[in-house]
Amino acid sequence: MSVNASSRIDLQVMADLIPAGAKVLDVGCGNGELLELLRDEKNIDARGVEISQRGVNECVARGLSVIQGDADTDLVYYPDSSFDYALLSQTLQATRNPRQVLEHLLRIGNRVIVSFPNFGHWSVRSSLFFKGRMPVTKDLPYSWYDTPNIHFCTIRDFVVLCEEVGAVVEKAVAIDGNGQKIGFSMPWWFWNFFGQQAVFLLRR
Amino acid sequence: MAAARAKAKSVDEANFPSSPVVRFGMDKPLILEAGVKLAPFQIAYETYGELNADKSNAVLICHALTGDQYVASTNPITGKPGWWEVLIGPGKIIDTNRFFVICANVIGSCLGSTGPASINPETGKPYGLDLPLITIRDMVRAQAMLVDHFGIDQLFCVIGGSMGGMQVLEWTSTYPDRVFSALPMATGTRHSAQNIAFYEAGRQAVMADPNWRGGRYIEAGVRPEKGLAVARMIAHITYLSEAALHRKFGRNLQDRPKLTFSFDADFQIESYLRHQGMTFVDRFDANSYLYLSRAMDYFDMAADHDGQLAAAFKNTSTRFCVVSFTSDWHFPTEESRALVHALNASGAPVSFVEIETDRGHDAFLLDEPELFSAIGGFIASAARARGISQ
Repeated sequence: MSVNASSRIDLQVMADLIPAGAKVLDVGCGNGELLELLRDEKNIDARGVEISQRGVNECVARGLSVIQGDADTDLVYYPDSSFDYALLSQTLQATRNPRQVLEHLLRIGNRVIVSFPNFGHWSVRSSLFFKGRMPVTKDLPYSWYDTPNIHFCTIRDFVVLCEEVGAVVEKAVAIDGNGQKIGFSMPWWFWNFFGQQAVFLLRR
Repeated sequence: MAAARAKAKSVDEANFPSSPVVRFGMDKPLILEAGVKLAPFQIAYETYGELNADKSNAVLICHALTGDQYVASTNPITGKPGWWEVLIGPGKIIDTNRFFVICANVIGSCLGSTGPASINPETGKPYGLDLPLITIRDMVRAQAMLVDHFGIDQLFCVIGGSMGGMQVLEWTSTYPDRVFSALPMATGTRHSAQNIAFYEAGRQAVMADPNWRGGRYIEAGVRPEKGLAVARMIAHITYLSEAALHRKFGRNLQDRPKLTFSFDADFQIESYLRHQGMTFVDRFDANSYLYLSRAMDYFDMAADHDGQLAAAFKNTSTRFCVVSFTSDWHFPTEESRALVHALNASGAPVSFVEIETDRGHDAFLLDEPELFSAIGGFIASAARARGISQ
């Protein structure tokens, strides 16, 4: 929703993590691209929540079950363990209370998949370090004063948050600037420096 | 003279409607929630399109408080086109070349289904207030008997706004297996205190009219026109938004250069409301207005399920598309949101669209492109899932 659609390599990475036939809730599902992919290719019972009317209308027109709602206020109405997977793609950084949103996701879904842009990427660091300016890149195209992304974090920050809310990281994938997965064998600092986006698979 | 003809006509339409009628005899009573049997009784209805071989393409349209079965055909009293022809007809979003559309007059109304203006077979006179109170569930159970009459097990879609939306929700709750998809619009799972208040003011206006005569005005050859017109004026205000009233009328004067310092309809909005009231009494029975507004007041799905709204939709597999409008203060978006949360909690497949418009509650009846794109998408995907051919 808040990131350039052409760079949504994370969608395929997320889709690959979900087994066929699962029941999935995509929070911040945008125009329903991922949900449609899951429904059509994996026979998944795919539901969504989206804040924009335009996004919801596009989803409904695609035949998806999507409700207009806000991740910060509406997740409370979902029962515990009501989905196999709860997804949050490129939305965490746009929520007012990311920790609470993550806790709700862990309550609603038996597994949770979160993707987010890594604010620890070298290009971000270099913009701050050399130019002294908040970064504006292909993936993060907004100026600081009009960005919907109000809670950026780095991969390391997110790992700490997972520990704080008691989430177990089952799998983590970092994607570099060329859309390539960064190898498993690399240490965290390497991921945090070269990963432009991150995808985490979590459980309670 | 034309008005007098319309009056006579509307009484006739209550007993001998222009549309087809199914009559249920003493052997097929409708057991009302009030605890009594209604028999015999009749349902007047219209249909459009053809029922397909496996009877899977039936769409039931539920009308609102003052609506009728003439959803896509000319109203015999007013001579006006069907009230939802923007949506329903050949090649329209609810395409009658593809779907078999049924719309029945609700019981308690006055366009041919049994209501207070119908002749009570025990007395040979109009029921008046001798008709037991009717609820939304009673209306729906009567409709189910009509659907049985067509031999249809499962409706492809049940659609309605406002009181029609209440019927849609009651359908999905009472007959979860008989509704493949549901489109409740501009509605809620209960009538709010504010809504009860507005309707009570309207009912008191009717009953304060000396011509109402305890509800026995038809035999007396009079009608409580003034009271019913006021009731309609009050209700009509709740159907429009402040912004739309301002846009349409502002403080504009009606055919006069300046204020007349009298209680004439100086302002366009006054003239408009008076016109709404006057034309309404020509086509609607005052007692029906009391009965149907009461049915809305009594509607409370959570109360019917021990306070648990989600329990009303337990085990439902119906696909829902809930629609609300930003400027609707009769059934505000919050009412729809509460419904959506309950549907989510019960695991129902649900979509929820809030349409941005300043046209208020009545927006569901109007040509709203965003509304039509959402409904069109929902119907198309549901039809694919149900295997209904193009």
